[in-house]
Amino acid sequence: MPQSAAKVLDHMPLFREPEYKAMLKAKKEQFECPHPADKVQETDDWTRSWEYREKNLAREALVVNPGKACQPLGAVFAASGFDGTMSFVHGSQGCVAYYRSHLSRHFKEPSSCVSSSMTEDAAVFGGLNNMVDGLANTHALYKPKMIAVSTTCMAEVIGDDLNSFIQTARDKGSVPEGFDVPFAHTPAFVGSHVTGYDNMMKGILSHFWNGRERQASASVNIIPGFDGFCVGNIRELKRMLGLMGVDHAVLSDTSDIYDTPSDGTFRMYAGGTTLDQAKAALNAKATLSMQAYCTEKTLEMCAEKGQQTAAFHYPMGVSATDEFLMKVSELTGKPIPEALELERGRLVDAMADSQAHLHGKRYAIYGDPDFVIAMARFVMETGGEPVHCLATNGGKAWEEVMTQLLASSPYGAGCKAWGGKDLWHMRSLMATEPVDFLIGNSYGKYLERDLRVPLIRLTFPIFDRHHHHRFPTWGYQGALTVLVKILDKVFDAIDLNTNIPGETDYSFDLTR
Amino acid sequence: MSAPLRQIAFYGKGGIGKSTTSQNTLAALVEMGQKILIVGCDPKADSTRLILHAKAQDTVLSLAAAAGSVEDLELEDVLKVGFKGIKCVESGGPEPGVGCAGRGVITSINFLEENGAYEDVDYVSYDVLGDVVCGGFAMPIRENKAQEIYIVMSGEMMALYAANNIAKGILKYAHSGGVRLGGLICNERQTDKELELSEALAARLGSKLIHFVPRDNVVQHAELRRMTVIEYAPDSKQAGEYRALATKIHGNSGKGTIPTPITMEELEDMLMEFGIMKTEEQQLAELAAKETKPMVALH
Repeated sequence: MPQSAAKVLDHMPLFREPEYKAMLKAKKEQFECPHPADKVQETDDWTRSWEYREKNLAREALVVNPGKACQPLGAVFAASGFDGTMSFVHGSQGCVAYYRSHLSRHFKEPSSCVSSSMTEDAAVFGGLNNMVDGLANTHALYKPKMIAVSTTCMAEVIGDDLNSFIQTARDKGSVPEGFDVPFAHTPAFVGSHVTGYDNMMKGILSHFWNGRERQASASVNIIPGFDGFCVGNIRELKRMLGLMGVDHAVLSDTSDIYDTPSDGTFRMYAGGTTLDQAKAALNAKATLSMQAYCTEKTLEMCAEKGQQTAAFHYPMGVSATDEFLMKVSELTGKPIPEALELERGRLVDAMADSQAHLHGKRYAIYGDPDFVIAMARFVMETGGEPVHCLATNGGKAWEEVMTQLLASSPYGAGCKAWGGKDLWHMRSLMATEPVDFLIGNSYGKYLERDLRVPLIRLTFPIFDRHHHHRFPTWGYQGALTVLVKILDKVFDAIDLNTNIPGETDYSFDLTR
Repeated sequence: MSAPLRQIAFYGKGGIGKSTTSQNTLAALVEMGQKILIVGCDPKADSTRLILHAKAQDTVLSLAAAAGSVEDLELEDVLKVGFKGIKCVESGGPEPGVGCAGRGVITSINFLEENGAYEDVDYVSYDVLGDVVCGGFAMPIRENKAQEIYIVMSGEMMALYAANNIAKGILKYAHSGGVRLGGLICNERQTDKELELSEALAARLGSKLIHFVPRDNVVQHAELRRMTVIEYAPDSKQAGEYRALATKIHGNSGKGTIPTPITMEELEDMLMEFGIMKTEEQQLAELAAKETKPMVALH
């Protein structure tokens, strides 16, 4: 046997031993009824054709590998950015296991979140008892400062009304008088995690703001939106605003909860926006959203309360950061300090240094609507050409914004924005109109393998590479990180194409 | 400054004349210069037939099913304008035996709110099927939705039973939201002591009988022509009844109450009090009387 206690082989070398090779071959022949290799090849080739692409794009009844997650994931993420807050998802347990594992796999951190564990009887009689017991247990066991309630599909289909349930649970003494239990209905079959983020932010802020008088202050609120790079990005954001001397509050600050230190103390809660900050945020002069599609309803509410509002699309790259900083400067009257101007100059210098290798590179980009806008914009700043821009949770309005952006630069001429399409559509697009690089998340690795197009992981979720989220992608500093990630792939690709001795290695250069 | 938006809902047992009563009342309200939106929350989609002069074919859910998702719909696809500018929307719902009509009501109402259907109207009226049967059908009585519920009923036992059940549903939401019972509307069936019984039930529920709508064949005549009585026979006595009801509802803002539903036993006791239902002793006596009659020989 190839496996022995003295030298234990991992599955990767183990299954390459002759015994296993023979076993897998026999299994295939005897039980899998495989088509002949040439037939498989013929079909595979056909799925890369224009004919197949048109059939694929005309697809109506099926989604294959959607590039989005569901509302409660966004709600749980938004709630986790408030101090001492426990997310409570009203519905079935399995759903909550999914949000927790999805966040943990990306951030490599624990993700605390509880479920009301609805089962069949709750589906018939409604989940009121689960809410009453669940809130009492959560309060007693995990001692949070706030419990933020969202819902799964099950509770939504049977029409459980969170407002009346939470009120009843309060009356029955599940939580102490005056304890904060904001809530948001987050049916998973509507919208995406981006919608859920919006609903929960609106739920939490309206909980603190409604019925209170606004006394305008000079402070500015910043809502970061759903972001897999939140740890690095929010810290970078605070650094930039600190340099400007802007009085601000980050609403849902997830930078510490997804980056807890190993020092012998387990932190179920870490950092985050304090509840007092959330209350005082009503008085802010303005609320800025870093991701417009994450805050559509929330910003509307902020405006109704009398605040000024502005929304950005994931400020990444030179002009997007310029826009953000200039808006902050305009709102607060604080000038942009020289330190940031220097950073901008260094970024532009770096981009110019590498221009020869970036110009004319073709990209396929997918992810959340705001990210795709930002990524395409930055790629064009480097002289690259976005070719396919896809957002499963992007709609017609997003396609419109994308089209305008692409029309603003000659590098956008050959690109089309695809809202509501999935990663199987992306495969057809990339197979028929090839690109040099794919920008997305870990799910893109299957496209990378299939189409031999290098993947650059720049958006949530990133399960198969570690710690990227600790480095920012926003601001001039963040743009440098993004630039380096792109360049590393560019040079890796050149090296891979020039490394056969005596054949292609005339270009295998030490200096690039 | 215009008056704040009034949201009302009509509930009642199936077949009680809920849709007929609500449409006639709303037609009378529009005559009083009110701008109205009707939201039909019945999968049968017949809550707006008399206003539109046709059964609405384009319900929110049927169009959403055809388009693939509610997000693909536009408000003008589902909003129809009928008698004197009354705006009408039907939620619609699945075929009998499949799916979840209650969720359909939630989906439709969320769609209408998000797309601004409630702007520029004085009244939103929900017409909801049967009993409060599930969380979805309770949607119109949740927080920030209907402020007053009008229960359409008659002197028949099951209609009274249903009215009491609906009161239970309202009570459930009355403390967390602001929903109140606006009153009972009796749609005359010409049962025994109908007016007295309706008033008695209203009193037991801590509410009032807001109007007693007498039976009149002109309602059927108008209905066959897909019209309200207000439109078909504006000078008839019945049209006057609906106008009276509309005036009472219009003046009833903020006067709703938190209902005090009664138990099934209490309801039965009340019926016995009125001599509608017989006591057990009376029933046994009758049975005994029957048995003592000579049997008819069959052979």
